[in-house]
Amino acid sequence: MASLEFGTLLADPSTTDQPFADDAPVTRRRRRVHWGRGAILVVAALYFVVPFYAAMAFSLQRPTGGFSLQPLSQIASAPGFLSALWLSTQLAVITMIVVMLLMVPTVIYVHLRMPRFRRAMEVITILPIIIPPIAYSVGVLESAPSWLRSSQYLLAIVYVILAMPYVYRSLDSGLGALDLKTLVEASRSLGSGWISTIWRVLVPNLRSALMSASVLTIALVFGEFTIANVDNWTTIPVWIYLAPTDNPRVNTLVAMIALLATCVVLTLIVSLDRSQSRDSRRS
Amino acid sequence: MAMATDTPTTVETRGASSSGAPVVFDNLTRRFGATTALDRLSLDIAPGELVALLGPSGCGKTTALRVLAGFDRPDLGRVLVDGNDVSHVPAQRRDMGMVFQSYSLFPNMNARDNVAFGLQIRHQRTAQRRAKAAELLELVGLGEHVTKYPHQLSGGQQQRVALARALAIEPRVLLLDEPLSALDAKVRAELRDQIRALQQRLAITTVFVTHDQEEAMSMADRVCVMFQGRVEQVATPSVLYSQPATPFVGRFVGVSSRVAVTRRGDHVEVLGRDVPIRGDLAAVPAGELEALLRPEDLDVTVNPNGLGVVTHRSFLGATTRVGVGIAGANLRVDVRSAQADDLELGTRVDVSVNARDVLVTTRQPSS
Repeated sequence: MASLEFGTLLADPSTTDQPFADDAPVTRRRRRVHWGRGAILVVAALYFVVPFYAAMAFSLQRPTGGFSLQPLSQIASAPGFLSALWLSTQLAVITMIVVMLLMVPTVIYVHLRMPRFRRAMEVITILPIIIPPIAYSVGVLESAPSWLRSSQYLLAIVYVILAMPYVYRSLDSGLGALDLKTLVEASRSLGSGWISTIWRVLVPNLRSALMSASVLTIALVFGEFTIANVDNWTTIPVWIYLAPTDNPRVNTLVAMIALLATCVVLTLIVSLDRSQSRDSRRS
Repeated sequence: MAMATDTPTTVETRGASSSGAPVVFDNLTRRFGATTALDRLSLDIAPGELVALLGPSGCGKTTALRVLAGFDRPDLGRVLVDGNDVSHVPAQRRDMGMVFQSYSLFPNMNARDNVAFGLQIRHQRTAQRRAKAAELLELVGLGEHVTKYPHQLSGGQQQRVALARALAIEPRVLLLDEPLSALDAKVRAELRDQIRALQQRLAITTVFVTHDQEEAMSMADRVCVMFQGRVEQVATPSVLYSQPATPFVGRFVGVSSRVAVTRRGDHVEVLGRDVPIRGDLAAVPAGELEALLRPEDLDVTVNPNGLGVVTHRSFLGATTRVGVGIAGANLRVDVRSAQADDLELGTRVDVSVNARDVLVTTRQPSS
């Protein structure tokens, strides 16, 4: 086409069909109180809160009675804590990046071109959960090249495998909710290549799936003990276990803070995702 | 939505032959395992022309469109656009705008960003592409909805945005893959008129896939009827309806009644009258024959001693379609609604043929 100079041709707002949302009747539902559900919620909450409170109380209670935040100040100065935290953070970031780079194109490809292979993919990706971590650890150490054995990146490679089941399932359900074939073909017909299509069209629409996959990966890296311990890397869980301090209250406090931090990160990510979805609906 | 009929001064009116690229399907064959989706399909589409690919499910019309779009490759044959063989050019380099059957808007982008997407890929400046997107949304009657997201738009509105998005890249060819099939009847009729008006004004070569013959006949310059991967007939809607080239086209396009006939040279005897056989006499098959008769090819008159009996009536507005059982055949006859009051169910009638000639084919078993 040579040019597209248009006027208000064809537009007749008076007869333009309205969004379905406008036609939806406004209904008010009375909130019913479900005592049974409430009781289950309270019991479940107590199951988590009581041990957490007990551990926090143990960490912050003074021998003379009352509570003190003084053990908090000891954490940063505890030998090896900061390096363990740095190592765990590095591993979490590397694992997250590598597993996403591997899994996002793979899952998209399987959904688009090899849908029959999805069942096989599910089985393959569940293997890291079935095989004991210690078997990995030994296997990876035996098979890894010597230059990699002494590197922390070896641990990240193992964590990539461990994270696969969670990342695959998140992405699989996220892609299942999209009309993937049509979106990809629409994008390509508009001139977009594969990388651009993944980056501009698919990734933004997989935001929730990617976030949940990221949270699970971070939680996995910050909680994994066996392989890090066997490979002699002092990550946060290993540091807590080895207890290099003379004060067990500090170790308990670190464990509780790690747990709390995971919960906070999870809540923040979920809230961020919800607020972004709300914003897009509102505008 | 009613269409504005006055031509805005800013619109550049172009002749159908002045822009748009010619498209040629040259002997295309595409097989999926044992199934042949396209069987030596050949079709020439003139610049600025709207051609509808019409046929039943599985006839290969969508495969042909996907081959043209670059989402599928032919096993044999070529696709020429503007004289160039694009058979092996990737979809993203073909410059073809496409509107899909299912809603294909990007859920993470509002209407304006959806329309501007193709321009962003082409590295147009933000202000420029936003202005163009707003202009196109205005054109399709959605100027008030530029910041709305797909889930805030109705199905018809989403398809209009998709149309604006396809037009934004100034495509060489516009591809429409059953874009109206998911919409309700009223919106479908409105959008059908809108697409046609827009296509004519912009003179974009357009290929429109549909299984709805009313859509094809009302929108297309020419209709290509397909069956089992082959072209049965390519013609203007009126020729297709009045002069079907094959029995399949005769049965598939429009409504027809089948009546057993006896051949007498270049005529057949239909309901007691000798009527010339339409088309090439050499192509008329041997053996038992039947004629295909349109509802308007027949007249019905009340006769208490008539051989026919009115079996059903359907009010269609200006006309009423009357079903008549006669000599083992079920005929459908259109009469003016004002004259249909006498034709109650069970009324005895006479039926006569008023057609100048009839299409004759091998007799099919009664369904």
